[in-house]
This record gives sequence, C-alpha cells and structure tokens, in this order.
Amino acid sequence: MTRTGMSPLGLTREEIRRQIHLPWSEAFRISWRYVTIRLGRSLVTASTIFLSVAFLMAVCTMILAAKATGHAQEDPEAFAATMARYKWSVFLGFMICATGIISALLMSVTERFREIGTMKCLGALDEFIVRMFLIEASLMGLFGSLAGAIVGAVLMLLWAGFREGFSLWAKIPWGLKSPTGEWGFFAYFVASVLAGMILSVVSAILPAWRAAKLQAADALRTEI
Amino acid sequence: MVAMEEMMPSGEMRERLQDAAKKLEPMMQQVSEFIVRTRDVHKVYLMGKVEVHALRGVTLDIKRGEYISIMGPSGSGKSTLFNMIGGLDKPTSGSVYINEVDLAQLDAYELAWLRCRTIGYIFQTFNLIPVMTALENVMLPMIFAGVPEDERRDRGMELLKRVGLSGRWNHKPFELSGGQQQRVAIARALANDPAIILADEPTGNLDLRTGKEIIELLKELNQEKGVTVISATHDLKMIDVSDRVIWIRDGQIARIEDRSKIRVEAALEVEEALMEGELPDLP
Repeated sequence: MTRTGMSPLGLTREEIRRQIHLPWSEAFRISWRYVTIRLGRSLVTASTIFLSVAFLMAVCTMILAAKATGHAQEDPEAFAATMARYKWSVFLGFMICATGIISALLMSVTERFREIGTMKCLGALDEFIVRMFLIEASLMGLFGSLAGAIVGAVLMLLWAGFREGFSLWAKIPWGLKSPTGEWGFFAYFVASVLAGMILSVVSAILPAWRAAKLQAADALRTEI
Repeated sequence: MVAMEEMMPSGEMRERLQDAAKKLEPMMQQVSEFIVRTRDVHKVYLMGKVEVHALRGVTLDIKRGEYISIMGPSGSGKSTLFNMIGGLDKPTSGSVYINEVDLAQLDAYELAWLRCRTIGYIFQTFNLIPVMTALENVMLPMIFAGVPEDERRDRGMELLKRVGLSGRWNHKPFELSGGQQQRVAIARALANDPAIILADEPTGNLDLRTGKEIIELLKELNQEKGVTVISATHDLKMIDVSDRVIWIRDGQIARIEDRSKIRVEAALEVEEALMEGELPDLP
C-alpha cells in the first residue's frame, strides 16, 4: 500500500499525519502530571535510582579521596586491587538498580493498561504512549540520580574528612579534570547522573513499547 | 475565466479536472446515507486452546443520525461488535466501513485520526484519566487533534456546560459521582465533533435514575447535533429512545426492530425470557 497520496479518508496522507500529533510540550506536561500526582509511587521508583546512583557516586568520591590522600602513590599494587573491587561494586549496584527500575516501571505500566486503551480510543498513536512513559522515566531518573549523586558524594566526603582530616578536601580536583589529566569530581558527578538517567530510560523502553503495542480493545479489557 | 481556459493547454486542463474529481470522490462518498456498514463480520478469539466464535457473520447498515441499540445477553458478542465498529479490534474476516471507508485499509495514523475525529467512545466504567481534572479530560482528544490551547479551553467549558457540569470543571474523577463521571465522558466523546458516538453499556454502572438521565442526554445530543449514537447495552430503558434495536444472540443478528414496532411490554417479556436464557419471538 502506498504511503503517499490520498488516504481513503479523503485527505492526503501528509495532512492526516499533520493532524494527528502530540507536541513534546504537551507530552511533557502530561508526564509531569503523572509524576507529581502519583508522588508516592514515583518516589518508590525514584528511590531505587537514588540508592544505586548514591552508591556509584560514593565509590567515585572514594576513588578521588584515596588519590588525594597519596595512598595510591605509596602502594600502587594494593591501590589497584582496591580499585578493581570498587569497579565490581559499581557494576553490581547497577545491575540491582536496573532490575528494580524495570520491575517498578513494568508494574506502573500494567496498572495503566486501561488508561492506555482509553488514550488510544481518543486518538493517541503508539508513539505518544511510548513518548509519555519515556519522559516520565527520564524525569524520575533525573531527580533520583541528582539526589543520589549529591547524597552519595556528601556522605563519602564527610566520611573521608573525618578519617583523613578535612584538609583532604583541598586536594580533591573539583573541576572536570585533575591536574594530571584524570577525571575530576564534577566529571564523576555528571557521569553518575547521566548513567542513572540512561538506565531508567532504557529500563522503561520495554514496558512502554509493550503498552503501546497493545490493541486498544485488549488494553480496555484488562482487569487489574 | 473563459480566457484562462482557452490559454490553458488541454493536457493540463484534463489533469486539473482529474485532480478535482479525485478530491470530490471522498466527498461524494461521505454523503452516503450509511455511516456504518458491516459485511459478514466474523471474529474468532483463541482462549487457551479453545476457539471462541464471538461473531458469526454480522451484516449491518446504520444510517447517519440514527439512535441504535445493540441488545443481547452478556457473551452474545455485543461488545465485540462494538470493538469492530470502533476500529478497536480487527475482524477475523469480513469488513467494517465507516463513512464508506474500509477500516482494514487504514494505517495506524489514519486509524488514530478516525478514532480522534469521527468517533466518540463512552464506556461502562467511564475510563476518565484519573490524574486529570474534568476539563483536562475533555480537552485531551483536542490535544491529539492539534486544537490550540485557548480554543480547547473554551470548547471544553462549553461542552461541560452542555452536560450540566460547568461548576465542576476543576474536579478530579474520584471527586465526582458515577453519573457525573459519565457526563464528563460524554463531553469528552463530543470534543472533536464526531459523527458517531459509540457507547458500550453506558448505563451499566449507574443506578436506575442516573442511567435514565444519561440515556436522555444521549438522545438530546443525538437530536441536537445529529450525531449517530450506537450503544451496546442490555438496559431496556434504551429501547424507548432508540430508532432501531438490533438483537444479537450467539454472535449473530437475531432480529432488527424499528421503533414503531417496538412495544415496551414486549420488551419486558424479552427481559424475563433473557433472564431465563431464552430469546422468544416477539408478537
């Protein structure tokens, strides 16, 4: 079947496409609504993101602090072994976080099958539904990760400060790069927040896609 | 004008005429008397390993502006027929035409366009979006249709006023009674000025009096706006206002009755019979 020219509905296919749309601003507004009104549930989902990003950022800060103390230079072998352990911890933390986010979002999508069916009846395309869920996930990812990164960094800085003395803070490279060209604090911070956001968006794609692909009638029939 | 035509080469002229004819064709189709036609529609579901024949060859013509009730006991296939007419589900075989357009020929965009602008849906469970206010619910289909915000608001308020809820525009669905929620749903169904309102058991979750009010409201809208109302129901209160009643049994049309022939007493007999699981012949 041709995708250009006249539609059987009496308009050109381009006109049909133009007349069925959901601007990003509207999608954002609706998603924002869902996140804020169902704040309790959003917080549960965001807390899984929060915890894992806090863990990640804490490990990153610990690396920076360890370098700042000079322990790394004293015993490079022991330091390398510690680093390897940290990397494993970060990886495991992220795996746990990913499962948590996927199950939370699957649940939140399944709960809303009937609403999704209704929206389809009102003229929503599959891509609107995917878009709304992805915006929602990235909003929760952003706030969860930001809060997690801040809390993780602050806790670890305080702990390192109490253990090694607060003069340590002056030695930490706060900017994007350290004088030796390695990652600075801000680089780790941005990377952690981004990782949390990407993780939550990627976890949301599957359930959102599943929701959008439902036939409207099947979505409406669902009893939860 | 004449001079223009003389100057135009005949080939180009012919092309323009053909173009005009092409544009007219759908318009000609749209003035067809029938807004909905189904042709030998079958639907087979697979429930586990068992095939369920929900519809077994339904052929139906519904005229523009009619008020139609599709009646039958639960499990008779009325809701399936509702889904077929609304383009919510695809028939296993057979065709459904809305405005003489075969739904099977439409792609996802066109189907969404049709649902958005030509059909308004009403459900037994109201299906309002719980996080949105009454007004936002009414405005939602207009967002999908790309109506500018000011116009959306004005039109939304106007529709809420029409269904008698202008004072409650800022209420969430859970703050409204069942009847009020259904009124919001009716206003939402009318948002893009559809040609058809499809209602699936619109009074199923309402008490007797509220149900009656909803039926009357639908009838008024049917007369005022000329919108075709098709309602799957087993509420016999619907019979009074219907132009035609289509009785469905075992996925087939058992009989179609014109309003003039419908007698309420007869219908009540049918109700009793239906409760016993039998559909008798009407006098």
